[in-house]
Amino acid sequence: MPLINERYDVKKDDFVSAGEASAKIKRTLKKLGADPVVMRRVSVCAYEVELNLIIHSLGGCIDFTVDSDQVTLLVTDIGPGIPDLDLAMSEGWSTASEEVRNMGFGAGMGLPNMKRNADAFEIQSTVGVSTTILMKFKLAA
Amino acid sequence: MTIRKICELLEARVITGEDKLDNEMDTAFSSDMMSDVLAYVTGRTVLLTGTVNEHVIRTAEMVDVECVVFVRAKLPSQEVIDRAVEDGIVLLSTPHTLYVTSGILYSNGLPGIGRRKYQDASD
Repeated sequence: MPLINERYDVKKDDFVSAGEASAKIKRTLKKLGADPVVMRRVSVCAYEVELNLIIHSLGGCIDFTVDSDQVTLLVTDIGPGIPDLDLAMSEGWSTASEEVRNMGFGAGMGLPNMKRNADAFEIQSTVGVSTTILMKFKLAA
Repeated sequence: MTIRKICELLEARVITGEDKLDNEMDTAFSSDMMSDVLAYVTGRTVLLTGTVNEHVIRTAEMVDVECVVFVRAKLPSQEVIDRAVEDGIVLLSTPHTLYVTSGILYSNGLPGIGRRKYQDASD
């Protein structure tokens, strides 16, 4: 039985709510007394992926699970899928609009930053169907 | 360096967070790109930026940045201030440009966050 199992829906283009899911995730971890370094890494990944859902997807959700030894973020969207994952994973490459860049995002750092901060990172994408990202973080022993 | 000292050096206005001015900062990071802040900032870092929107506060919250300095005499909206108050983040505004703001703090002993590596593994 996980200690926490929550789902956050994230809507396309919903910049007004951007960060709300991640802030809730961070507050939950804080209440659980999680290690500050782990908490920061989970928060950064949650925020990056939440922004990705808003900027690039047609909408999706973040499933946030806390077990005794790890935190899991499972992210699923409803498309449009990423045609070239290797390109998407390289720093500095982004398809974000000028409007998004003016807000301070779309530097092409998101996916590589998630991979760097998570202990395990898996991404799968099918064009025209969906993208799924699974991130795991070990809780300090 | 304390936030109070940063404030004095930058001739900054305190927008919110008067009660935290004696908190210590170890490094500073200058950027208008919140993507870069998310990718690079760790530890007790003061963020210097010309971007003034709610995403700056949310980004600061996620990376545990306690103090944000808006440059070029920029002032945030009430919504941005309210969010900072809620998250306990100190907001300052300085009339200096980003370059000069960074230079003042650096020359007074507040270091940056260190060099980054090129992706092609050269230095």
